[in-house]
Amino acid sequence: MVSSPSAQEHVAARAASLPPSGLPGLDLASSHLIDVPGRGIDEGAVRTWHYLDNADELADRGVTPRGTILAVHGNPTWSYLWRQIVAQSGGDRPWRVVAVDQLEMGFSERTGRHRTLSQRITDLSAFTEALGLTGSVVTLGHDWGGVISLGWATRHPELLAGVALLNTAVHQPGDAPVPAPLRLARARGVLATATAQTNAFLDVTLSLAHPRLSAAVAAAYREPYLTADRRSGIEGFVRDIPVDTRHESHAALEAVADGVSQLTVPALLLWGPRDPIFSDRYLADLIERLPHAHVHRFEGAGHLLAEDAPYAPAVLDWVTEHVDEVQRADQAKHAAEAEHAAVAEHADTAGYSDGAATTAENPDAAADAARARFVPLWNQLDAHSDDPSLAVTDMTAPGEPLRVSWAQLSTRVRQLAAGLHSIGVRPGDRVSLLVQPGPTLTAVIYACLRIGAVVVVADAGLGVRGLSRAIAGARPDILIGDARALSAARLLGWPGRRISTAALPRPVAAALGVAHTLGDLAARGRDTRLPAEPSADAEAAVLFTSGSTGPAKGVVYTHAQLSAMRDTIAGHFAVTPETGLVTGFAPFALLGPALGTRSVTPAMNISSPRTLTAQAVAAAVRASNARIVFLSPASILNVVATSGELSDDDRAALATVRTFLSTGAPISERLLSAAAELMPNATAHTPYGMTECLLVTDITREGISEVQDAADRGVCVGTPMGGNRVLISALDSAGNAAGTASDAPGVLGEILVSAPHLKQKYDRLWLTDRRATRDVPENGRWHRTGDIGHLDAEGRLWVEGRLQHVIVTAEGPVAPVGPEQDLERVAEVRRAAVVGIGPEGLRQAVAVIETMDGTRRPRFVEPGLAARLRASTALPLAAVFEVQRLPTDIRHNSKIDRSRLSVWAERMLSGERLVAP
Amino acid sequence: MIVVVTGASGLLGRAVAVLLRDAGHEVRTLQRSPSTIDGVHDVRGSVTERDVVEAAVAGADGVVHLAAKVSLAGDRDDFWRVNVGGTRTLLDAAERAGVRRVVQVSSPSVAHTGSSLAGVGAEPADPDHARGDYARTKAEGELLALARNSGSLSVVAVRPHLVWGPGDTQLIARIVDRARRGTLPLLNDGTALIDTTYIDNAASGIVAAFESAEQVAGRRYVITNGEPRPVAELMAGICAAAGVPAPRFSIPAGLATVAGSAIEHLWSIRPGRDEPPMTRFLAEQLSTSHWFDQRDTRRELRWTPSVSIDEGLRYLAAHESGHSVPTAVPS
Repeated sequence: MVSSPSAQEHVAARAASLPPSGLPGLDLASSHLIDVPGRGIDEGAVRTWHYLDNADELADRGVTPRGTILAVHGNPTWSYLWRQIVAQSGGDRPWRVVAVDQLEMGFSERTGRHRTLSQRITDLSAFTEALGLTGSVVTLGHDWGGVISLGWATRHPELLAGVALLNTAVHQPGDAPVPAPLRLARARGVLATATAQTNAFLDVTLSLAHPRLSAAVAAAYREPYLTADRRSGIEGFVRDIPVDTRHESHAALEAVADGVSQLTVPALLLWGPRDPIFSDRYLADLIERLPHAHVHRFEGAGHLLAEDAPYAPAVLDWVTEHVDEVQRADQAKHAAEAEHAAVAEHADTAGYSDGAATTAENPDAAADAARARFVPLWNQLDAHSDDPSLAVTDMTAPGEPLRVSWAQLSTRVRQLAAGLHSIGVRPGDRVSLLVQPGPTLTAVIYACLRIGAVVVVADAGLGVRGLSRAIAGARPDILIGDARALSAARLLGWPGRRISTAALPRPVAAALGVAHTLGDLAARGRDTRLPAEPSADAEAAVLFTSGSTGPAKGVVYTHAQLSAMRDTIAGHFAVTPETGLVTGFAPFALLGPALGTRSVTPAMNISSPRTLTAQAVAAAVRASNARIVFLSPASILNVVATSGELSDDDRAALATVRTFLSTGAPISERLLSAAAELMPNATAHTPYGMTECLLVTDITREGISEVQDAADRGVCVGTPMGGNRVLISALDSAGNAAGTASDAPGVLGEILVSAPHLKQKYDRLWLTDRRATRDVPENGRWHRTGDIGHLDAEGRLWVEGRLQHVIVTAEGPVAPVGPEQDLERVAEVRRAAVVGIGPEGLRQAVAVIETMDGTRRPRFVEPGLAARLRASTALPLAAVFEVQRLPTDIRHNSKIDRSRLSVWAERMLSGERLVAP
Repeated sequence: MIVVVTGASGLLGRAVAVLLRDAGHEVRTLQRSPSTIDGVHDVRGSVTERDVVEAAVAGADGVVHLAAKVSLAGDRDDFWRVNVGGTRTLLDAAERAGVRRVVQVSSPSVAHTGSSLAGVGAEPADPDHARGDYARTKAEGELLALARNSGSLSVVAVRPHLVWGPGDTQLIARIVDRARRGTLPLLNDGTALIDTTYIDNAASGIVAAFESAEQVAGRRYVITNGEPRPVAELMAGICAAAGVPAPRFSIPAGLATVAGSAIEHLWSIRPGRDEPPMTRFLAEQLSTSHWFDQRDTRRELRWTPSVSIDEGLRYLAAHESGHSVPTAVPS
């Protein structure tokens, strides 16, 4: 069995040892050595391993662990990587954590032998056998340690209870090059120099941490690799990367990859996207192999995820909630089976477990009923496939409006759907749409939905960086855009096969890497049959949040949920085929075909809602005879401002409007009233919602007038629409939304919503999902909005800001919106923001205002005004600043960036010179 | 109860003595000049004179120790003699006389090492890192006093922060005087957020500590109005109350610190009766935030300030314009 030693294996063997004391965060009580009888190339030899193990500590505390987490580091780290999970396990999450130093690595033995992937998996098996590992084992791996841990997992199904991975890869796509940093490290002449003779590979890896590692922690990582002969394992690992199919470890890697695809145990994928080696491409591959996995991408974290992000509590929460859950379910199943066997001695129990599992799921009757009622979004397109009347009118381009009939739209959707299918787009594939709203986007979206492809919609308002992040995170398989969007895709390396909306000259198409045009696809789809329709519960869309509350998050909707949204709109605003829609807020243009009514987009620059004029709205109403007008807050502003240009004809047309609404952000009663004057027979609505649940409550102009004199703090957003429900989880004295969800009036807390059209989940953000669904009522699907507010005695919801902007003073939590409204009632104030500074629980409130007169330089307001501002609100204000312009969120002009302002105020009031926020 | 108040000729000492008197205690005051307070017994002399101190505490039940050398500059030995030596002499005498309660009036500067303090509590006194002779010797004095806390003697340290009010010859008079001459700068635009204490609140806080001494023996408390304000706003408020122009120019804090340091050296070579216009200590005080967590103070002393900053400024304005001031502390 022993292979003949080759040149590079003539490295002096070194014995294993315990690490020195004083390495930050490492408790030497958990550090152990063990002699392991060798296997494979080590058959007959005994190898000494160093490993971390908290078993003794748990035993000392009298705690029985629920199972073992077997943690495997990659190259060139060591078990030090896992010190946090070793230290944090315990309490109500008692898991034994065993973190090995692989042979040739860390403080384990230097055997001087070259180890292939297969040998390393054998080594790990020998180790766990020597350790006598039994019971439930969850593997945890990082980098190439991830592959080895998965190899162990596939060889030990009897012990395996789950797999958890941090930035790793089990498969190198045949058509993709090995990541550049690894290609360089492997290059002839570089390998030994980079990995063993010098510290280069080690130093580069350690430099990948975000933020940078402290000098002491970096030194701890270097500790076992201080000399060239101690670093030979690093070289061996790099040498063992299977760069092509001829490599000695290629077959072993393929075997692991195939084995992983067969795993049914719970899986957790934690990912740092800023990784030059294991990019999101490898995450996508793992998700395909482990479709049931919980996935969380830590935006901003990178390859050394274990240093960059709080992975340890995430892993411990996951094993506690999901692995334990599975074990309990298994135990319950076994118990039930035993009981059943006892009762019906001779009965054939084959197939019983399936039945038991279904019963255990306790299907929600309401959800079943909803599925039974499910009418897909494209239903009206099918119903009107021969209808020559107008479906979509687009007046945004100069000249004659673009008019599309139901029959044309239906045909186009059918052809595109079949065309996409013909080029291999399959259910669940993601299609990123970088297309301006208009008939083309409408057709592409319905085509994607029809074949079960998932549309990814990220607003250009996120900016190039935000958009880039969003697309990298969503990992589309297909990217559809115009030449400009495709250039950006090319330049920024966005993933996905590229489809152009327009025909491009061949060299341009080649340069942009464009494979198809929509025209081609429609032609291909002309005589092709459509595939089967997707199911109601299949994913339909990923919509991105505005990014006003941290990096933009993808929100996943199923077909049933999108259909429910359509039904909520139809029900609440009484939309029928005869109604007609004017969509001055472009996204609503997409809804017309689903609602079965004609829609018209007025003349405007789609990407700039402020360009919409009153005349354009009137013209659109005339052109379509529509009764409902959708506007955005920004567009309303300009419509009101341009009302002087209206002719009598225009006014007559606007007088036929029955309903208009403004969505996106709350608007003032004054603005709503001004708009209502233009449409004297219309009811004005301003609904409240968020990307996760687009329509939660609604209030009319009359409703706003009614509450004008109410003593409630905040902005009244009305009552829940349709079957929606709203509850409040009260804030405790520390400002945490700890209260049981309740409809008690007058209680300030986090707003919880439930609706048939509520999102399915966040995309690849398991921890965010977990927070958003923590401690919610059991009946139905609920979402913690992160908004705070209260309900009044009539069941109306009042929004008072964001949970993260609550100011926890020594007297308790304060929501910012109420005091801001107080300040804005002082004549000189244009806009006001109230933020907290100082330690949590002891925050001082600080007001920052814009005045009507304005100021060029930031300053403290003059004493007279300061006194009047302080007198206007019950909240004590430590300081009142005046600035030229409050920082606002990029997408919502109306939303003040209080987080940024708070950081600024904190800096200023610590004694720094005054600068603008 | 018989209570000895040292330093009763100062603004705060006087207010404390009056409050104790009105609460029904028999008050003895110990200071060099007459206290001019009705209904108290004056013992004239310095806390550094052992026989005078012994006479003052003979038969007393409690001591509130406010006497101190307070200055931005001066002879180092003077600080040690009064603030450390005087405190030791007083504590020795009090122990021998069987006094049961001592309130050591200290200063938050005993734990201020020059960096910004935001929402902190009463950290232990740190003479090694305190800035300047005043803070250093007050820190030593506080450690000395708290070390004497025992089963038979309850010692509480109370640190009022930046006490001001009508008749104040320390903070207010200095600010007003410099503002009038146009030599009062703001450092870094006066952005530092600082806590201050209106005189009535400082006095009632000290008396509350005295009344609760047994329950809170051995503890330290910072006392403030609990309304931190930016330096610029406080300066403007005080100047407006005094009818003088508010500071109009700002200099970088770094420059002031360097200048203060140089000026300090100059004054130590050439000690005079006037005060240096800037010291490093002052530069730090005016350009770093220092405001405090008052939750323990208020809960454990069962005390809340009765006069807000804005009310205090109105009283100050009334006083400066010659009107009588409604106050919790009658003269």
